[in-house]
Formats: sequence, C-alpha cells, structure tokens
Amino acid sequence: MSTPYAKLPGWVEYGLIPLINLAVAFLVAGLVVLLVGENPLEAAYHLINGAFGRGEYLGFTLYYATTFIFTGLAVAVAFHAGLFNIGGEGQAYVGGIGVALACLWLDQTMPWFVVFPLAILGSAFFGAAWAFLPGWLQAKRGSHIVITTIMFNFIASSLMVYLLTRVLKPLGSMAPQTRTFAEGGQLPKLDWLLAIFGLNVGTAPFNVSFLLALVAAFCVWLLIWRTKLGYEMRTMGHSPSAARYAGMSESRITVITMMISGGLAGMMALNPIMGEQARMQLDFVQGAGFVGIAVALMGRSHPAGIIPAAVLFGMLYQGGAEISFEMPSISRDMIVIIQGLVILFAGALENMFRPAITRLFTMQSRRAAVVTQTKGA
Amino acid sequence: MDFFHVIVVLLESTIRVSVPLIFAALAGLFTERAGVFDIGLEGKMLGAAFAAGAVAAVTQSVWMGLLAAILISIALSLVHGYASITQRGNQIVSGVAINFIVAGSTVILGEAWFRQGGRTPALGEGSRFQTITFPYADSVREIPILGPIYSDLLSGHFLLTYVAFAMVPISWWILYRTRFGLRLRAVGENPGAVDTAGISVLWLRYRAVICCGILCGFAGAYLSLAMTAGFVKGMTAGKGYIALAALIFAKWRPFNIMLACLLFGFLDALAIRLQGNPLPLIGQVPVQLMQALPYILTVILLAGFIGKAIPPKAGGVPYVKER
Repeated sequence: MSTPYAKLPGWVEYGLIPLINLAVAFLVAGLVVLLVGENPLEAAYHLINGAFGRGEYLGFTLYYATTFIFTGLAVAVAFHAGLFNIGGEGQAYVGGIGVALACLWLDQTMPWFVVFPLAILGSAFFGAAWAFLPGWLQAKRGSHIVITTIMFNFIASSLMVYLLTRVLKPLGSMAPQTRTFAEGGQLPKLDWLLAIFGLNVGTAPFNVSFLLALVAAFCVWLLIWRTKLGYEMRTMGHSPSAARYAGMSESRITVITMMISGGLAGMMALNPIMGEQARMQLDFVQGAGFVGIAVALMGRSHPAGIIPAAVLFGMLYQGGAEISFEMPSISRDMIVIIQGLVILFAGALENMFRPAITRLFTMQSRRAAVVTQTKGA
Repeated sequence: MDFFHVIVVLLESTIRVSVPLIFAALAGLFTERAGVFDIGLEGKMLGAAFAAGAVAAVTQSVWMGLLAAILISIALSLVHGYASITQRGNQIVSGVAINFIVAGSTVILGEAWFRQGGRTPALGEGSRFQTITFPYADSVREIPILGPIYSDLLSGHFLLTYVAFAMVPISWWILYRTRFGLRLRAVGENPGAVDTAGISVLWLRYRAVICCGILCGFAGAYLSLAMTAGFVKGMTAGKGYIALAALIFAKWRPFNIMLACLLFGFLDALAIRLQGNPLPLIGQVPVQLMQALPYILTVILLAGFIGKAIPPKAGGVPYVKER
C-alpha cells in the first residue's frame, strides 16, 4: 500500500501516535461511563487501584497479562507475514487439549517440572495443528485466512463442548470439565518474584507461565528480526510479489507462520489450566484470543510493545472486576467496550490523527530550519 | 401423515430461523460487492436488536422500534465506512472493533436503563410484530398436503419474514438491473475504472454501506421484535458469522444466499429437533456436529472442493485515488 504520509521521528511513530489513539479510546469509554450516569474519574481511580493497589491485585493483573502476551504474540507473528490470524481463540481452546492430556497422564506420578515441558509441547502442538489447516488452505487453495480462522473458532468451540461433555469428563460427573489435577498438574506461583518488591501475592494465580511468556516474547523477537525465516516473513508481509521474485516460497512461509502463531496461541492454555483452575473447563479462553488482536495492534506487533499492551489489558481485566464491585452499574462488559474502542482507534483508525501530527512536526522542523538560517546570517 | 407433519413443522422452524440470516447475508452482499469486507454484521445486528427492543419498550410502538434499529445499524455502518473508506483502515480490524463495542455497550446501557440483567422489558401485544394469518388459513387446514402447506408453512409468519423473502428478488433487481447496482458491482471489481468514468468511488461505497445498515437493522429488529419479545444480551449468538458464511457459501449471489440461509437454518432447526433423538441408519448424531456443520461446509467450499467461491476482486482494498 502506498503511504501518503511523511516519515516521522521514531518516538512519535511508536510512542506518541499509539498513546494518542489509546487516549481517545479511553475518552470515548469515559463518555459511555457518563452516559450510564457514573463519574468516569471515579471509575478510573477504581481501575488503577484495583489493578495495582495491592500485591494480590498486581498478581491478578500479571496473571491476565500472561495470557494476553501469548495471544498478542500469536496475532503479531501472523501480522508480520501479512496474515490476519483471527483464530487465536479457537487455537488457544484446542491447545488446552495438549495441556489437559499431559496433566491427566502424568500429574499423579511426576512433579510439575516434568509435566510442564510436556504440557508446553502439547499445547503448542495442538494450537499449531488447529492453525495448520487454515494456513494450508490459504497457501494451497487460496481460501481467505480471515474467514477460515473465524469458521475454525466456531468449529473448535463445538469440538471442545463435545470433548468436555462426552470424552474428557470423568464418569459420574455432571460438570463439563476434566478432573482436578494432582500436585504435578499445578504450576507453582511466582510469589517470590513479587516478594522481592515487598508485595504479597495472596490468592492471585500469578504463576511460572509468566516467565514462559517473557521467554516466548524474546524468542519471537529473535525469530522476526534475527533469523532468515523472520526476514522472509517480513518480506512477504511487506510485499508478497517481492518475496516471490526473491525465490521465497509463499506457501511454505504461510503455513509455517500460521503454525507458529497457532502454537503461541495454544500455549496460552497453560496459564488458566495449569496455573489457575488445575483442570480444563468449558470456555476457559474467555475471549483472550480476541484480546490478542487489540494487544498486537497496540503493541505495533513488536514484543517490546506487546508486553506493556498485555499488562494494560491485564489491568483492564483485573481493575474492571474491581470497578464492577465498587460501581455495580458498570459491569465487566465495560472492558469489552474498551477493547473494541482500542481495536478501532489503534487499529482501523490508526491514521486518523496522523495528518495533523505530521503537519505539526513538519511545521516545527521548518521553523527550526528558519531559526538556524537567520542565526547564521 | 405423521412424518409429513414433522416435515412441515421442521420447515416452518427453518423459515423462522433463516429470516435474520437472509437479512444479514443480503446486507453483507451489498458491502462486499462494493469492495468493503464486513465482519461486523454480527455487531450491527446486535446493536439493532437492542435499539429495537429498547425503543419499542419505551415508546410502546413497534414501528419506532424498527426505525431505531435501522438508524443505529446505519450509524454503526457509517463508523465502519468512515474507518475503511475515508481513513483507509483495515476493514477486518474495523469490523472486529464494531462487534466488540456493540457486545459491550448493549449490556452496559441495557443494564443502566432497564436494570433487568442486560435484557429490555418484555414487549406487550402492541409493541411487537404479530403473525399474519392468510385468509381461510384455518378452514383449509384439513385438506391433505396442500392444506398444512398453505396454513402452516406459508401463512402465520411475521410481516418481516415476508419482507425478508421479498428482499431477495429486490436485492437482485437493484444489483443486476439498475445503474446503481451495476456501478456498485463495478466498484467492487475495478474501482479505478469507475473513477475514470467520473463516478465517486467513495460515495458509492458509502451508499453500499448504508444499504448494509438498513438490512442489518431489519435483521436485528426481527430478533427482538418478532422472534422474541424483547432484547436478551448476546442474542445474535453468532448469527452474523453464520450469515457471513452463507454469503460466501452462496458465492455472493442473491438467490443462492436465500438457499444457503435456508440450508443453514434447516441444519439449525434439525439440530434442535434431533437433540436426544437418534437418526435412522446413522444413529445418534452429536448436536455439536450439527451446530458446526455450517462452518465446516463453508470451509470445504472455500477450499474449492464444492465449486469455487471467488470474492469480489477489489474486496478489502481501500481505494486511493492518486498514485
């Protein structure tokens, strides 16, 4: 696509413009709060306090952030190759099978550090497998990846309902979930990490998968900017025809990218299943796959942007729960609105304020040039 | 005649669940034929259903409800249009955003205004659509075969049901027999050519998006004013996506859309009917498989195994006038 906009300094491109977009999204959300008849500033206070006010709150915020780092990275990896993986939700859901199988198999005999690597592999495998078919269909049969991944979300949801109500449910139980895992299927909390800062994690399920998420973020950075495959992915994302002329195999890159993306989305399942519930439940993903879209857009598809964006959404989820507790008329659905607004302003309308900012900066640099000229004279 | 009776009942519920799909899929037809992809059908339908339920409950008028549904749906369409036509943003991102904004705000506003757990108040007789009974429907019911078909299958539906089926030939006529329709289709295939002819690509696309808004408004109004008496949170429950699937399954053609929607509606009705009842020959079919079938069929079609679905050429690409 042609970029009709002048080049801006890096801090404006990656700092100021996303911040302005975010601020506008929150302003509009504030209007909704006003419309409901509540005070937006009070809501903001409860949000921040509810997310960071106590060690336990921070623990919950980071627990949610862990989930969103995985799904955000999943969307971002696909974005780099010019693919829109809207199926993170389904891939994470199916990825849960891998986690559940590893736990059900070994939880009573093995310690967590043996089960965990297997669960990682399992979740990544199932997530990647669920993304393989849309990727393959796009590469070989030309079916649009957005549509197929949407369809696969629904198919995944039906499949998981079937598995959880018929196959994975213990005999004699009514609830659509697996049995509760023993010690070996539960991840240790990161209470020591917060204890360094003198905070008490309390009941928050902030667990080891957070560290895995950080490792995954680093690996994604390595992959995208330091490997041949990453270079090919970015080339294809910028210009598929350039990639083709350079002799890169479009279909190979598409399939591999989608599988990496699906694998990352699948790994999200570790956090709620092994880190919190110690069992696989119906709908454990709870929209995290879609939050990943907002996180990737806000983080500009860079791991260094995705982590803070994920923490921001973790804050919204945890603080949002606190708001609905303090201000009953603002339920947790407020988060869904904010999520939508962030996607709208940071994604679809990302260029809305760009012309004005560009004008501002070109004017300023021209004025600076004039000043130096007059000084020189 | 028992088997025949079951079929009539099944077809009758097929028609009932297909109506919102037909409206929404035709709505998608207008924008996608003009080159604007629309993932936001679900959100627009939900927003319209909420507006219809809320306004009909307050004004006690079904027509005000319908009007509100259409206006809200057009407004949401224009947001999508502004983002994807004027700002040249990513059309899929914009559609996803609209779905989220609507899903959240219908619950928040509904709870704030009516305090019934995200519902709007139940609508009485005068503030919702009533079924229409054809003349002599009761007296001819006893006639074998034709009687039940006339009085149960053709008669006894809501006004909007007949409007939905009428919209199919009307949409066809607009798209294939009017100047507007020709230009609309052209703008989805080759906007440059349309621009060269001195016709504004942007304005044409905006008009397509407005048409989409009107039809999604009907779809939403049907859900909350006819199918049920009032709005329930999340009541579209993926119908917008099924409509999208139907649109693709129908290869972006009006009459195929009607058939695809009826097929998907039939699967839905059958899934409800078969819940717990084994099928002859096949045995027990999991409900989940029936529910997933529309999506599976669409994937298979998209993969090119049942004919080839070729989307409008310029779909998803924002138009930039000068290079």
